[in-house]
Amino acid sequence: MNHLIQQVPLHYYVLLSTMLFCIGVLGVLFRRNAIVIFMCIELMLNAVNLLLVAFSVYHGDAAGQIFVFFIMAVAAAEVAVGLAILMMIYRNTKSVDINFLDKLKW
Amino acid sequence: MNTLIILSAVGVLALFSEMLNFKKALGAIILLGLVGAFAADVMAWNTNRHYYNEMMVVDNFSVAFTGLLIVITFLWFIMSPDFFREPSSRIDHFALIIFALIGGQLMTSYNNMLMLFLGIEILSIPMFILAGSNKSDLKSNEAALKYFLMAAFATGFLLFGMALIYGATGSFQIQNITQFIKSQQGNIPVMLVAGILMMLVGLAFKVSAAPFHFWTPDVYTGSPTVITAFMSTVVKTAAFAGFFRLFSMCFESSSATWANTIWALSALTIIIGNVTAVYQTSFKRMLAYSSISHAGYMLMAILALNQYAQGSILFYATAYSISSITAFAVLLLVSHLAGNDSIESFNGLAKKNPLLAFATVLAMLSLAGIPPLAGFFAKYYIFTAALQQHYTGLVIIAVMGSLIGVYYYFRIIIALFKSENDDVVIPVNNTFKVFLVVTSVAALLLGIMPQLVAGIL
Repeated sequence: MNHLIQQVPLHYYVLLSTMLFCIGVLGVLFRRNAIVIFMCIELMLNAVNLLLVAFSVYHGDAAGQIFVFFIMAVAAAEVAVGLAILMMIYRNTKSVDINFLDKLKW
Repeated sequence: MNTLIILSAVGVLALFSEMLNFKKALGAIILLGLVGAFAADVMAWNTNRHYYNEMMVVDNFSVAFTGLLIVITFLWFIMSPDFFREPSSRIDHFALIIFALIGGQLMTSYNNMLMLFLGIEILSIPMFILAGSNKSDLKSNEAALKYFLMAAFATGFLLFGMALIYGATGSFQIQNITQFIKSQQGNIPVMLVAGILMMLVGLAFKVSAAPFHFWTPDVYTGSPTVITAFMSTVVKTAAFAGFFRLFSMCFESSSATWANTIWALSALTIIIGNVTAVYQTSFKRMLAYSSISHAGYMLMAILALNQYAQGSILFYATAYSISSITAFAVLLLVSHLAGNDSIESFNGLAKKNPLLAFATVLAMLSLAGIPPLAGFFAKYYIFTAALQQHYTGLVIIAVMGSLIGVYYYFRIIIALFKSENDDVVIPVNNTFKVFLVVTSVAALLLGIMPQLVAGIL
């Protein structure tokens, strides 16, 4: 398995995960639907996971893969809270569009 | 370490209190737990021990900052009993605050990137919930969502930075990374530089440094006032402790790659925070911008990184937290009566409630940095530390920023002494009076004897 992963040069992984990360960032910045923004944040985190796993295999060090477990667990906890917040907002405004959220402007 | 165990035990106990029927005593138990945690924290002074396979280290820096966090949380519990009146969710509120404090402690004592990440998340996730704890209020909802989205976004940057640093150095352990940077002798790989800068962006979000500060005013205004008080004191102090620890222990020898960025962040934060605060009509929003500008001053300590930097950032965090929590406590009472948090609702407070007005004046003077209050020496130490590293330009910007600060802090003081026709006296209970006296005395005492706190690191 390690052999298989290592057949692809390391910088391909770096490039791929950087691209995924950038797609995530652009999504967060330009999309208006809160659920799509959540998905883009997940994309950013998964880009990081991919990068960590690739580095971990190339360094021959398990720490990177353990880190991925932690990121997954924390991301799940975070999304649970995030979706609850979104439910709360949906109950009050009947929408998940973040353009509705403009009560806090000076 | 014992601090962490005691706090976790108290947090879990709080969750069980409904089942085991001791809800009434919970407030007292938590205050006792905080006192116990503080005692355990003080006992760890000078022990310098490592825990969990070098994952955590309890050195004097972490003991000092943990102690500060516990003291501020204790004060916070005293000032916000009303927040725990609501029967349906009071237990959750207690437990969430304690768990946030645990996250803060991890951020002061990590020795591995993983613990930094976990600390930030354990601190942040309860704060998302608490920011939205006023469920029917649309502003609170909005604050929670904005805080959540921005914090998760920032975490993404932080993690990408960690991954790149891991790629370059092959380790998450702080010592190994430091050794790797030293072994390169100034020839730092691009991937590591990119990683450091990404982590810098993530942390700048967390401490609300400009240009990553946009969420701060909205979240601080929308959240319930007590939660804003917690965010702008405990969360900010913990974030700065983590930030400072990372850059002073891990990245110090590569300072050529990030010093200019922090210089620019700091200058921009001071200018934007102070100038925008002048235009605010809401006291709460003004405090939010003032907290942004204080983040700018604290960044100067991270830039300076000499032997005075540790003591000065600790003292700054202490002085800022104490004055800030006093200001929020007064705001809590005033806005409760007036129904809004505009600066006008402070009009004539000096005649109606001399004690409240006195505490507000001291807090504002301390935040503005007027001698002989704590805020003055806080700024003095930070500016001295920066001057010794020859950051004269930045110190000049910071001094001008403080002068602008004096203007908007004095606007509040002037409002206090405006004459007002209605004589509605705000009822202040005895606990609150003691709280205000204690924080005011602390602000004065730290101003007269700054070495009490600044000298210990």
